[in-house]
Amino acid sequence: MDFRDTPEEAAFRAEVRAWLEANGNKRSRPDEVFGEGLDDAARLAAAKAWQAKKAAAGYAAITWPKEAGGRGGTAMQQVIYQQEEAAYLVPGMIFEISIGMGLPTVMTWAAPELKARFLRPGLAGEEIWCQLFSEPGAGSDTGGVRTRAVKDGEDWIVNGQKVWTSGAHFCDYGILLTRTDWDKPKQEGLTMFIVDMKAPGVEVRPIHQMSGDAEFNEVFFTDVRIPDRYRLGPECGGWKVMLSTLMQERLSVGGNLPTDLHEHLIALARKCEWEDRDGGPRPAIEDARVRARIADAYLQQKGVELIIARGLTAISKGKAPGPEMSITKLVAAKAMQDIAAFALELAGPEGLIGHQALGGDWRYMQRLWLSSPGARLGGGTDEILRNVIAERVLGLPGEIRSDRKLPFRELERA
Amino acid sequence: MNFDFSDDQRLLQDAVRTMLAETSTSQAVREVLEGRASHCAAAWRNLIEMGAVAAAVPEQYGGAGLGHLELCLVAEEAGRHLAAVPLSSSFYLAAEALLRAGSEAQKRHWLPRIASGEVVATAALGSRERYRAPAPLAFDGETLTGTSPALADGGIAGLAVLRVGGELVLAGLAGAGVSREPVPTLDPTRPLAEIRFERAPAERLPTADAAAVAARVLDGAAVLLAFEQVGGAARILEQTRDYALERKAFGRQIGSFQALKHKMADIYAAIELARVHAYYGAWALSSDAPELPRAAAAARVAATRAYVVAAEEGIELHGGIGFTWEMDCHLHYRRARHLGQLIGSEHAWRARLADALIEEAA
Ligand SMILES: Cc1cc2nc3c(=O)[nH]c(=O)nc-3n(C[C@H](O)[C@H](O)[C@H](O)COP(=O)(O)OP(=O)(O)OC[C@H]3O[C@@H](n4cnc5c(N)ncnc54)[C@H](O)[C@@H]3O)c2cc1C
Repeated sequence: MDFRDTPEEAAFRAEVRAWLEANGNKRSRPDEVFGEGLDDAARLAAAKAWQAKKAAAGYAAITWPKEAGGRGGTAMQQVIYQQEEAAYLVPGMIFEISIGMGLPTVMTWAAPELKARFLRPGLAGEEIWCQLFSEPGAGSDTGGVRTRAVKDGEDWIVNGQKVWTSGAHFCDYGILLTRTDWDKPKQEGLTMFIVDMKAPGVEVRPIHQMSGDAEFNEVFFTDVRIPDRYRLGPECGGWKVMLSTLMQERLSVGGNLPTDLHEHLIALARKCEWEDRDGGPRPAIEDARVRARIADAYLQQKGVELIIARGLTAISKGKAPGPEMSITKLVAAKAMQDIAAFALELAGPEGLIGHQALGGDWRYMQRLWLSSPGARLGGGTDEILRNVIAERVLGLPGEIRSDRKLPFRELERA
Repeated sequence: MNFDFSDDQRLLQDAVRTMLAETSTSQAVREVLEGRASHCAAAWRNLIEMGAVAAAVPEQYGGAGLGHLELCLVAEEAGRHLAAVPLSSSFYLAAEALLRAGSEAQKRHWLPRIASGEVVATAALGSRERYRAPAPLAFDGETLTGTSPALADGGIAGLAVLRVGGELVLAGLAGAGVSREPVPTLDPTRPLAEIRFERAPAERLPTADAAAVAARVLDGAAVLLAFEQVGGAARILEQTRDYALERKAFGRQIGSFQALKHKMADIYAAIELARVHAYYGAWALSSDAPELPRAAAAARVAATRAYVVAAEEGIELHGGIGFTWEMDCHLHYRRARHLGQLIGSEHAWRARLADALIEEAA
């Protein structure tokens, strides 16, 4: 048991640091974000430029095999890179689905010539990927998708609608879950494809989110042609392909819990004043109630970090990470919500004032408070994750359901 | 980075687990619960003979000289099997205080006796919370006078390390001037006793900073107790899960009700969170890292929460049978309480964690 870098890890860290210093821009304030002041198009261009640099230096996909355009490095090196990059202004979510979900699915399931076609431009940020699974009638119950793909010679013709597709408005390609056989039970009639988001018949409509942003979209497919060689996995093998993607998603979302939330809380508590029975006003940071919440914030966020560290150790010893990895997203998303909400409470009624008027210090926590409900839903809701833990980890019975054996066509009718 | 125990350490853990499964049975623990024994002698003797409990005592003082990581895994098994033994008193507290603050002569005299089980030792190093202020202990350089109100394993201990004002004092409990009285306890499997000293011979542990030594020993104990708590919590969750698969209501296994599934998933998450904080604490303890105060406090708070919740909900999910004397649910309910308050409550430790975090962010 040792938390310190091994000599090899320390050497890699030094290399990463030197590269970042030469190529990146350090944050000037803790809450500064990439591309502040740029419009959407300029920010996207800047993000792509950064990703290209990163890929050329071999940091875009550290754990991937060299043949696939990666570095052939270790999971630990990936973490070291992320730790060091955290101090820099880098684009956050834009490439996450490409590199965390879309491209790994292509790497696992696509034919060699497609890998050669897609992996390198994807890693370099020239092409961005989205994930088209959810539909109005199929969210938690992903097996219920109705987007229809029908074979037509060497092509498939796709009609239907997806929803909540993050990033679809700027993406080039997507992985698309469709129904190809309506006579099989719901999860057995699905097939996964690569879809060109710029193909005729694909229409993307942004959705206005509760946070005020529009990061996800509705996507409509009208007679969209997809060549059969863009199929990922066997016909009617889409469920298995999807599970392999979602497993990646849960790991990567869990890994996204910021590791400095308690420090943000401390910084804000130093600036607010609280009173209690003993009098006041005193700096909130001296109040026992505030201090207790700072401690609890640390317990959650550091706990998630440590669970991931344990998973990485397993990977580095050639073992599969244990089932405890399945709790990271569940714990992390709710922790973000709780910590952000408490941060706002530090300022009492004034905490209701938007950061534009209250001050830039509050921007980070206010945005986190407005985005955390989405983090609890995307990639599997809290409730679905609890079912997964109860059933796969603790071995408790599955949900009672009536839809497992019937042909999907009959379910539709019912 | 390597965030796991080694294969050798896991082998020791397996051996301890196998041994405790045979000796620290529900029946054996109940001998102590119902007052027919002061501790579980067979389990204790085996733990001593395996060299497991003296893992962190150096060889020159009669220990196994392995280290604290090994002791952490022994602690996890002790917690899992509800071992009714003076492990924390003798080894997490008294032996550690002696090692850190004792003179060479004191260490040479006492540590081999503790390591061999000849003497059970205990300690009271100060707590942030109290109710009755007993006659304060007074030490005049040679003798000790006053009362220690709730000394763990005080009924069988032959030696105590006590914090008296700004000093750490070593007092034999077998000689003149010491009287002891068992007190009724909420977890009778881990008995406490009130000890009265009346000009009892005692000596100082020669340390310049008793407060720092006490804090350091308590940090170590917090980590080790966290392993006991994680072990106990995991066990009661497993038993609850097994029962939920067996018991039927409304024509279904109760484990198929989503309210129960989700509750157990949350308990599992709490235990895993506590486990990794305990691991982190184990690393900080064994490597004497500067992160120890933060890591130990985090382990203590997370593990206390996890065990208390697992034990409380363990009874709830068993239904009426969980509320009976014959089921082991209440042994965990009691033990979770004992471990969670023995070296100060989670609130004091949460405050300590906040102190460490805020100091670091200065
Ligand atoms: C920010 C964000 C980004 C997203 N990005 C994408 C994306 O890029 N691509 C994509 O395909 N999808 C995306 N999603 C969709 C996301 O996966 C779904 O919203 C999610 O799976 C829930 O599905 P739903 O919205 O249909 O809710 P429903 O499934 O209708 O759930 C409603 C409520 O019922 C509960 N519920 C449902 N089933 C059960 C059950 N068996 N047991 C207990 N409770 C249950 C849920 O937990 C929830 O509380 C995104 C969502 C969000 C919020």
